[in-house]
Amino acid sequence: MLTNNPFAELSALISPSVMQGYVVLMILLVIGGTILDMMHKQSARYFFANSKKAQKNATRKVDNGTKVGLAVKTVANEVLTSSEFCNSRRRMSHLLTMYGFILFVVTTAILIFKYTGSGTDAPALIPLLWHLGALMLCAGGYWFWFSIRVDVAAEGVKWNHFNGRGDLFILGLLSTATFGLLWSIFQAAGAGAFSKLLFALFILSSVVLFGSVYWSKFAHMFFKPAAAFQKKVAIADGSRENLPDDYDLSDPQVHARFPDIPEYMGANPPNMGLGIKSEPPRHY
Amino acid sequence: MPTFVYMTRCDGCGHCVDICPSDIMHIDTTTRRAYNIEPNMCWECYSCVKACPHQAIDVRGYADFAPLGHSVRVKRDEEKGVIAWRIKFRNGKKDMELLAPITTKPWGSGTPQLRDVEPPTQEQRDSQLLFNEPKYIRFDEGDIHTLESNGLEMKEGVDY
Repeated sequence: MLTNNPFAELSALISPSVMQGYVVLMILLVIGGTILDMMHKQSARYFFANSKKAQKNATRKVDNGTKVGLAVKTVANEVLTSSEFCNSRRRMSHLLTMYGFILFVVTTAILIFKYTGSGTDAPALIPLLWHLGALMLCAGGYWFWFSIRVDVAAEGVKWNHFNGRGDLFILGLLSTATFGLLWSIFQAAGAGAFSKLLFALFILSSVVLFGSVYWSKFAHMFFKPAAAFQKKVAIADGSRENLPDDYDLSDPQVHARFPDIPEYMGANPPNMGLGIKSEPPRHY
Repeated sequence: MPTFVYMTRCDGCGHCVDICPSDIMHIDTTTRRAYNIEPNMCWECYSCVKACPHQAIDVRGYADFAPLGHSVRVKRDEEKGVIAWRIKFRNGKKDMELLAPITTKPWGSGTPQLRDVEPPTQEQRDSQLLFNEPKYIRFDEGDIHTLESNGLEMKEGVDY
C-alpha cells in the first residue's frame, strides 16, 4: 500500500497535465505570497537597514570568503539541524515536520512530473518516501499541536482552540499531510467515493497551505536563515550588535583588564555547568 | 524604559516568561515570540535580558541619564560563571566593557545540605539567633547585642 503511487491511479480521473499545472500554480502562490509578505512587513528593508547599521559599528572587514563560510555554517546549523531552538522537544518536532514536509513536497513533484501518465511505474522507494514524509509531518505536527504549542499548557487554552493566523500554517501542514495519507490509503483499498472526498479535502488543504503564505508564517523558512546569517556576520565583523565580547577567562590579558576574575575565580576558572538553563521552560 | 524583544532573534523558548518577577513577559500567540504585555509594569530588573539565551531582549535606559542612541547591553554566561556588560555613549566618547564573576564554584554545589546538619541544641533554641546562622554575618563573636547585655534599660522617650 505504501509503495503505490497514489497519483498514477488518479490519472484516470484527472489528466497528468492538470496535475502538473496545479503543482506549478502552488509554487507560484508560494513565490507571490512571500513577495507580498516581504513588501507588507518590510522585512527585507529591515534586514538591509540593520546590516548597514552593523557595518557602521564594524571593527574589522569581513571578506567574501569568510562570508561564504558563515553562510555554509548557517545552512549546516540553523537550516539543516534547527540549532536555534534551545528546547530539545521543540527542536525534534521542528526537524520531523521540516524534513517530513521537504520529503512530501519533493516526492510529490517527482511522482507527478515523472511517473504519472508517462507509462512507467515509479520505483517503490519514491512512493514509500512520499508516505514516510507525510507520516513524519503528522508525527512532528501533532506533537506540536497537542503538547508543545504555546498557550496549550501555559495559558490554559484547550487544544481545539484555533488561533487564526498563528495556527494557519501548522493546520495547513497537518490537514494536507493527514488527508493526503488517508486519501492514498483509502484509494488503494478501493473506497471509491470516500477516497474522492478525502482527495477533495487534500486539495482544499493544500490550497489553504500554499495560498495563505501572506497571512501565515510560511515565509519564516526564508527570513529565519537570513536573520541567523546576519547574526553570524555581526560577530565576525566585530559590531556584535553592541554586545560585549566573549572573554577567555584563562587569558592573562583578561586578568590584567578585569582583576576581579583571577581574584575571585582563580587563574583558570572551571566550567560552572548550567544554572537556570539546566531546567528548560516546559510549556513554550 | 521597559524591555523590548528583537523579533528576529527570539526563538520563543520561554526563559524570560519563567523568570519575569512581574509575569509580564509572554509569548505572543500569533507570532510565537516573546513580548512585554504590560510595559508600564516593567521595573527594568534585567532578569529577562540576562536569562535570554539569544540576547534577544533589550532595555532602553531612561532619557534623563541615557539619551537615545546610547546602548547598555549584557551577556550572561552561566557556564563560565561571569556576566559581561557593554556601555556605549551616543557621542561615541565612551565604549566600555565590564566583566564580573557571578559564581565562584559550579552551580548547585553551594546548596546547603540541611539534612546532614546537626539539629539545634537547647541553647541554640533559646537563643535569639537564627538556627544555623553563619558565623561571618554576625557582628561579634559572642551573642547578639541587646540592651541587657550592654547594661541598659528601656527608658520612656528614648529612641533605641
